Amino acid sequence: MTEISFLWPLTGGLLIGISAGLYLLLNGRVAGISGLAAASVGLTHDGSSKLGVGFLAGVVAGAWLAASLVRRPDIVVTASPALLIAAGLFVGYGTRLGSGCTSGHGVCGLARLSPRSLAATAVFMTVAGATVFVSRHILGAQP
Amino acid sequence: MRTSMIASIVCGLIFGAGLVISDMVNPGRVLAFLDVAGSWDPSLAFVMGGALVPSAVAYVIRRRRSAPLLDSRFHVPANTAIDRRLVAGAALFGIGWGLVGFCPGPAIAALSTGRWEAVLFVAAMLVGMSAYRVSWGQRLPNDSAD
Repeated sequence: MTEISFLWPLTGGLLIGISAGLYLLLNGRVAGISGLAAASVGLTHDGSSKLGVGFLAGVVAGAWLAASLVRRPDIVVTASPALLIAAGLFVGYGTRLGSGCTSGHGVCGLARLSPRSLAATAVFMTVAGATVFVSRHILGAQP
Repeated sequence: MRTSMIASIVCGLIFGAGLVISDMVNPGRVLAFLDVAGSWDPSLAFVMGGALVPSAVAYVIRRRRSAPLLDSRFHVPANTAIDRRLVAGAALFGIGWGLVGFCPGPAIAALSTGRWEAVLFVAAMLVGMSAYRVSWGQRLPNDSAD
């Protein structure tokens, strides 16, 4: 790791946290992307669907702007189409069953010391790490 | 346009920019972070750490306020029960995350690059969310993210 390589992730992380904090103090809501995505397509009844659409449109536009003006990401995806579909189904179903994802539990939930989010984050980090271990070091998937 | 909608869009813009600047939008980076037995890339720990500071400050400020600026009340879940559904859901999410390296935020941000992988993943994710809604949805009084 070079000396300034941590500045990109740290700066990006601060922006994500500022966004989540502003969303709470302005609109009073948790900036959990899986919940916002479900609300955006009418899969919840908590009345935030229009705000969710606005937030997610902002995410896409903000990512595009940052990629154009600040740092163009070198996106590496090695998964096959079948694996992408399977993973998407797991993530979609699991984040609804478990009421959140990396943002809702990991950023917002940990920040307010929610016991549910602490448990969920510990579980999904551990399981994700184990999944990578099995696929790369036991089944031999190429990184 | 309502002020709360403008606030949502601005928050989304900052969030999306953060995902790109941190490189969390890149599944290769995410998998390298999750691969602790390989050549471990610690950078996502800085993303998480960096995100937690302002978010925690906001949640501390929230405790001193009765309502947010643009709504009549806070919509933050109060549930504290660690139940089987929470753990099973987090485990299923962890499997999906570990298989490809996309979680919901980065996958949606990656749509901006036009990559077909992101489009396919997000489409499958929405199908998974719909499957949940069909199988469980009516029985849940509180299904907001927490």
